[in-house]
Amino acid sequence: MWTWFHKLASPPHFYRIAGKVIPWFSWPALILILLGLYGGLVVAPMDYQQGEGFRIFYVHVPSAIMSMFVYSNMAIAAGIGLIWRMKLAHAVAAASAPIGAWFTFCALATGSIWGKPMWGTWWVWDARLTSELILLFLYLGFIALRSSIEDPQRADRAAAVLALVGVINLPIIHYSVVWWNSLHQGSTMFKSGAMSIEMKWPALAMLFGFMLYFGAVLFVRLRAEVIRRERNATWLKQELAR
Amino acid sequence: MNVSEFLDMGGYAAFVWPAFGLVMSVLVYNIWSARSAHAEARRAAARRLQMEETHS
Repeated sequence: MWTWFHKLASPPHFYRIAGKVIPWFSWPALILILLGLYGGLVVAPMDYQQGEGFRIFYVHVPSAIMSMFVYSNMAIAAGIGLIWRMKLAHAVAAASAPIGAWFTFCALATGSIWGKPMWGTWWVWDARLTSELILLFLYLGFIALRSSIEDPQRADRAAAVLALVGVINLPIIHYSVVWWNSLHQGSTMFKSGAMSIEMKWPALAMLFGFMLYFGAVLFVRLRAEVIRRERNATWLKQELAR
Repeated sequence: MNVSEFLDMGGYAAFVWPAFGLVMSVLVYNIWSARSAHAEARRAAARRLQMEETHS
């Protein structure tokens, strides 16, 4: 088991295996996202309060969940990298950051577009919106910190500490609608009885599609990271010759 | 339901379609950006190897 694990973490093996598993993520992701789009735009009945405008839910909520899911993933990888000095874990954190930042951007932007017709404003400085904006700044800070430090190992460690400190923001985002009086509505997706099945399944399809999509893009970025960090010329030469 | 009714989104077309369009464009952009990062890493590594060869 451990030899298998070490073998997997060795760059040449990881690079090859990552290349092979990408289609296992990307094709199901594409199917689930298309299903989610069809279900969310066509099948799901309109909301009795928000009419057809509620359909923004199907891109907003999965993006928002992903913004936090990717951050947790990034922070766990950064923590593993710090504790066990595992380069591959730092590479996972580095590769997650841009994807997470884009999901956060999507959550904020679609929320803003949804807020205009429903709340009458694009933006309010409310706890949920502000903490999600801070999440975007944490991602951008992580990326900026990495690129500002020349030595890759020091960059890994400094960025990992930032990622871990930023974890405090995750429960704040999640509970912001409970702790503070917020314009943002509470969670409906995982509350039983809040949504009917035909309203809920497209959102779940979209969410799982986004997760698999994240896996696929992460592996592509990880392959880039592995090559960037590699100094052992032998396997690289063989790989690049392919 | 006909097509124009569907496209109208009950009067919310100006909000629903940009929201979906934005997220789908970001998804496509992320794929492109990751793939080009990978291609760039390979090119940079090839350059690095060539430099090492000419210097040794």
